[in-house]
Amino acid sequence: MQEFLQLIVTGLVIGSVYALVAMGFALIYKSTSIINFAQGEFVLLGGYICWWFYTSLGVPVVPAFLATMAIAVLMGLVLERVMLRPMIGEPIISVIMITIALATVLKALVTILWGTQIQVFTPAIFSQDAIKFGPVLVSEVYLWTFGFAFLFLGVFAAFFKFTRVGISMRAVADDQQVAQSMGISVKRVFAISWSIGALVSAVGGILVGNINGINIALADFGLKVFPAVILGGLDSIPGAIIGGLTIGILENIMGSYLDIYLGGGVKEIAPFIVLIVILMIKPYGLFGIKEIERV
Amino acid sequence: MPCGLFYERYEKDESIFPTVWLRFWMIALGVFLLTFPFFAQPLSDALGINLLNLFNLFFIYIVGAHGLNLLTGYTGQISLGHGAFMGVGAYTAGILANLGWPFWLALPFAGLMTAAVGMIFGIPSLRLKGLYLAIATMAAQFILDYAMRNWEALTGGSSGLAVPAASIGGFEFDDDFKFYFLGLAFAAGATMYLKNITRTRPGRAFVAVRDRYLSAEVIGVNLFKYRIMSFGISSFMVGIAGGLWAYYITIISDEHFTIWLSVQYLAMIIVGGMGSVLGSIYGVIFMVTLPEVLLIPAETLTEIWPDIFGIFASLREMIFGIIVIAFLIFEPDGLAARWHTIRAYWKLWPFSY
Repeated sequence: MQEFLQLIVTGLVIGSVYALVAMGFALIYKSTSIINFAQGEFVLLGGYICWWFYTSLGVPVVPAFLATMAIAVLMGLVLERVMLRPMIGEPIISVIMITIALATVLKALVTILWGTQIQVFTPAIFSQDAIKFGPVLVSEVYLWTFGFAFLFLGVFAAFFKFTRVGISMRAVADDQQVAQSMGISVKRVFAISWSIGALVSAVGGILVGNINGINIALADFGLKVFPAVILGGLDSIPGAIIGGLTIGILENIMGSYLDIYLGGGVKEIAPFIVLIVILMIKPYGLFGIKEIERV
Repeated sequence: MPCGLFYERYEKDESIFPTVWLRFWMIALGVFLLTFPFFAQPLSDALGINLLNLFNLFFIYIVGAHGLNLLTGYTGQISLGHGAFMGVGAYTAGILANLGWPFWLALPFAGLMTAAVGMIFGIPSLRLKGLYLAIATMAAQFILDYAMRNWEALTGGSSGLAVPAASIGGFEFDDDFKFYFLGLAFAAGATMYLKNITRTRPGRAFVAVRDRYLSAEVIGVNLFKYRIMSFGISSFMVGIAGGLWAYYITIISDEHFTIWLSVQYLAMIIVGGMGSVLGSIYGVIFMVTLPEVLLIPAETLTEIWPDIFGIFASLREMIFGIIVIAFLIFEPDGLAARWHTIRAYWKLWPFSY
């Protein structure tokens, strides 16, 4: 029982970061209808840039964090303008392929710049000391991660709900033509979506980088976002958050209970098995809008 | 040189190579391909590239790329799992060969096995389309990849599986020169098959499903049947490619069949031209030659920049990504369409209007 609770708690922490990255992913999909296979590479770049500022250049934590976020926003804007805007209206396969190609380029860039060795934040930003909550032990860094992930989730939820820009983004997601006729710049909303998508992923990268260290495998983190958003419904932001948390817990539990039967590494593919099952029984996820087709 | 098509009979319209010139060039190409290995050695030495090895890779990948093109280019179903499907073919052929099955039996069986696996993962295509299907096949890729790596009793895990060279009636295809003819036969067969299937009833149904599946369903095309059929045929071809790969490389490991291979396959048909038989061939030639060609400047650059080999793999991936992006933005219809434009221009020159 104690082991089970422990698994749920650690799963919840990783799941909160999944939720954060999945929110960026769902946001991009919702407003631009582009499915971003490079989300994981945004996570990777975020982790590396922050690490580079903090450990290699010796910038203090807060400026390093802010600088990483600024770079992520800038990257989102540039990529949207240069690569993704020409893709509007192209067939789905072209759009998918261009984000895959982007992922390849970004991954290669990271390897060229920083190599493939695992890098850790030194000195550690958050301590690894364990704190006891009843029967479960949680290390401090996990708590910080969980807190930060939820802080960002909350901030962006409020942003979509209450600010003018957030409302215009929801309008564009709902109906581009109507939004445009009401004087909302759809192009601007696309650009903002990409920059937010890049930003939350970069934050996710920094948070996970603090737990496990950073190397190229961090990009696989972005792949786990697919099960999360499919579970929640591809175009639902609350769905992405719930999906992220669920996938985090599920992969932890399946990983530790099935490993002995299947010979290790179940954690890596458990989310994808869940994904296939969801697609078979409920393709539009828990909160996704079911597409109704008329001839 | 004809400047237009002037058919007088239906048979002429239906023929694969309608003009005398085209037939002449096809025969010339056939003669060239059949005699090529005999003078390949001096050419390889001059260029510093093992041309026979390169051509053998062309042949294997052409079989697979035709398969993916049938599914993605003609039927409009995106698959990010063809790398793993190729692996299923390779492992099936390898395991059967180790059990003592002859080449001519193991290879078709590898194709059938892969077709079965592909059809299972194609079932969601009934309800899913576009993005969702891409994600489902990507999940298939990861699951199969995991099975190949961890089912050690069957696949030998990460240490790999040794496969004997192919042999038919006691004749062993155990080097580049001998395998060339085997590969050529399969590549030519796959090309003819794809060319012909697009002219039949299922082929037209595939294109109808791609272009507007609701209309296709209304005029009586059974969507589920043709989607699954497309998955089956496509996986069969990729499985054959995987089997050939196993017999050619003679040692297979899971590292080759990752999502990277699936992405490369998609890149091949995008760069070459989706929904075009010639497109997959151009795409394969371009994508397989590219890394070899990139090696040449890398070798000369080592004098100035000694670390270049350390990052060469990343550099290659980066160039690969940039090329795919450039193609998607500037020439979305691929090399085949570009070639068509160039030819059409010269055909009617100087009256190109």
